[in-house]
Amino acid sequence: MFQAFLIKYAEIGIKGKNRFIFENALRDQISFVLNDVEGDFHVIKDQGRIYVEAAGSFDYEETIEALKRVFGISSICPVVLVEEYQWEDLTKATGDYVEQLYGNKPMTFKVEAKRADKNYPLKSPEICSEMGSYLLSRFENLTVDVHQPEVRIYVEIRNRAYLYSQNIPGPGGMPVGTNGKAMLLLSGGIDSPVAGYMIAKRGVKLAATYFHAPPYTSERAKQKVVDLAKLVARYSGPIQLNVVNFTDIQLYIYEKCPHEELTIIMRRYMMKIAESLALESDCLGLITGESIGQVASQTMQSLLATNEVCTLPVYRPLIGFDKQEIVNVSEKINTYETSILPYEDCCTIFVAKHPVTKPNLKVIKRSERNLEEKIEELIQVAMDSVEKIIVE
Amino acid sequence: MEVYLDNAATTKPFEAVRKRMWETLEENYGNPSSMHKKGVEAEKYVREARETIAAALKAEQKEIIFTSGGTESNNMALIGAAYANQRAGKHIITTKIEHPSVHNPLFFLEEQGFQVTYLNVDKNGRVILEELAESIRKETILVSVMYVNNEVGACEKIDEISKIIKEKNENTVFHVDAIQGFGKYKIYPKRLGIDLLSVSAHKIHGPKGAGFLYVQNKVKIKPILFGGEQQRGLRSGTENVPGIAGLSKAVEEIYKNYDEKRTHLYKLKKYFIDRIGEMGGVMVNGIENIPIEETAPHIVSVSFEDVRSEVLLHALEEKGIYVSSGSACASNHPQLSGTLKAMGIPKKYLDSTLRFSFSVSTTIEEIDYTIEELKKIVPVLKRFTRH
Repeated sequence: MFQAFLIKYAEIGIKGKNRFIFENALRDQISFVLNDVEGDFHVIKDQGRIYVEAAGSFDYEETIEALKRVFGISSICPVVLVEEYQWEDLTKATGDYVEQLYGNKPMTFKVEAKRADKNYPLKSPEICSEMGSYLLSRFENLTVDVHQPEVRIYVEIRNRAYLYSQNIPGPGGMPVGTNGKAMLLLSGGIDSPVAGYMIAKRGVKLAATYFHAPPYTSERAKQKVVDLAKLVARYSGPIQLNVVNFTDIQLYIYEKCPHEELTIIMRRYMMKIAESLALESDCLGLITGESIGQVASQTMQSLLATNEVCTLPVYRPLIGFDKQEIVNVSEKINTYETSILPYEDCCTIFVAKHPVTKPNLKVIKRSERNLEEKIEELIQVAMDSVEKIIVE
Repeated sequence: MEVYLDNAATTKPFEAVRKRMWETLEENYGNPSSMHKKGVEAEKYVREARETIAAALKAEQKEIIFTSGGTESNNMALIGAAYANQRAGKHIITTKIEHPSVHNPLFFLEEQGFQVTYLNVDKNGRVILEELAESIRKETILVSVMYVNNEVGACEKIDEISKIIKEKNENTVFHVDAIQGFGKYKIYPKRLGIDLLSVSAHKIHGPKGAGFLYVQNKVKIKPILFGGEQQRGLRSGTENVPGIAGLSKAVEEIYKNYDEKRTHLYKLKKYFIDRIGEMGGVMVNGIENIPIEETAPHIVSVSFEDVRSEVLLHALEEKGIYVSSGSACASNHPQLSGTLKAMGIPKKYLDSTLRFSFSVSTTIEEIDYTIEELKKIVPVLKRFTRH
């Protein structure tokens, strides 16, 4: 019965003169997610609203699921389009609509009317009251409540009539691309995809960097990261994934530095490389999935040590989350099952039995002096051989 | 250079196999059960396959049931025989080193009230015959032992095992998983006293998704798939004509020049073992104090001290050499812990073992290349081990 959707958005409404930028980004992102849905859709921006109209048959469930992934949407209203909207036809169509959706169950209601077509013979308040009495006479179990109705039935007159009464909640946030771009450090774990999702929700476009260490990590571990990026891209739009071969750097650190400092030093170099890649692709910040105290490398002291190598801001949206809270989001966005596939990532292969939990920056820096001879060259080689994959 | 040394995982289909299969896809695509000419043409492939395979086994045609491969053959043999014979008893015997497609159906049967004895093996992966003899009771309805172990290439003494079973209880059904053994050995089930024999096509240069179960005439089994009653009701479902045609061609080809192939494989295996011995800190599993000829010709299991097999596997992969890591994951069954452990291989080697498996087209040059690369890679990996 539904042939269109009215898209309601929350924060965009308050963006003043920049509003069109937000609306255009929202329209583009809606078109992007609907590409994969069975059906032929038109996304229309009209007088401060966005409509999605389907030409011909389409998959209703899939459409709703896709729209629920578009940041910036606060709610989705399935709309019935009435082409013949002379008053007689319109009342009958509205009655049929109510009957189909609600049957004749007892409920309170209110009609809300909007008349964009000023030539329509009835004015908005007249539409409300006339339509109200029509519905009252047709359904004996209806009662009017103009203050707190259970159902608001919207009747909008444009070049045809639009009927809607349901609100399906969207994800909120802001349209992707309205807030610049950031570089996500993507491992194969549970946290980083969630971190990417949360920052994307604030309108940020994502790029990503993954460090692999063949032969210590396998092709399948890399494929898993590509799969995770794909799942995040369902929300964020296309992601450029940089795959950095980290083996030689890692082995060099392993040979030259104390093993209990290995993870911290490794992460410092990962941040450095990620930042260089971020700057190359116009990113305005880095994103990590870190949460205070979760593991040795995420204590306050460790975060201080890894943070110190960057000049770009590092966004850590999960910083105050417990593991279970992160898992809950990853289940919601469908990355959890992929994240827990058992392939080793390069953070786990050389882990010391007792890594430092309170690294001293001075000590770490002293250890890093052992790397002076070759490290710059190794970083350059790693940067030059980055594999770039567009994931969508 | 690309060197495929994972022929125990799967093999490249012979050219003749591919050609034969293509015919059934392009021209003779009929349903063998159809009454018209198209059906008859398709049925011809199935009939010929049955003839070829029966001849290779010196068996009767009606003793061959086509399946979707090794896993289905093993499931059908074990579950089918257990259910058909449960009135005589509910005791089953197998070994600790069987493939999961044997162990897992048996776990299922345990849940259904059957009792399963898991036999130990010696340090070379062979069943201890005395233990087998002691385990057979009058309620023992089924014994299942593999011909060749897939992880280390141990070859079981099927003829002796069969004799012991029949002496102790002539009603006990004997199943042999010959998925790694068929094609490497001439197997005549009647002479060996084998009642059920599982074979898979893709281990002998045939296609994936095809195989057969030999079911000795007088042995009763129940079907595990129900439907259109094809193959005398024992295995419903339209016959996989392309798969069966490919399987048949593979059986024909694999036994051509049999002696030559066998000699070639053993030559490769001996050469590989000699050359890998040049490296320090390696151990070849399953050949302690026995002639190589008593082990399967195509599988070598090697443990590398202080090297993680997964890392070595990927390092070899970078050089174009494809192998498997040697130990299958331990199952969660309390009595079972994988072949290597059952053989008493020390714990520190379990995660350091690779399986190299050859085919008739493997060459000495390929083995030389592999050994040279191993000599380069292993010392480097040893420098970077986890502490």
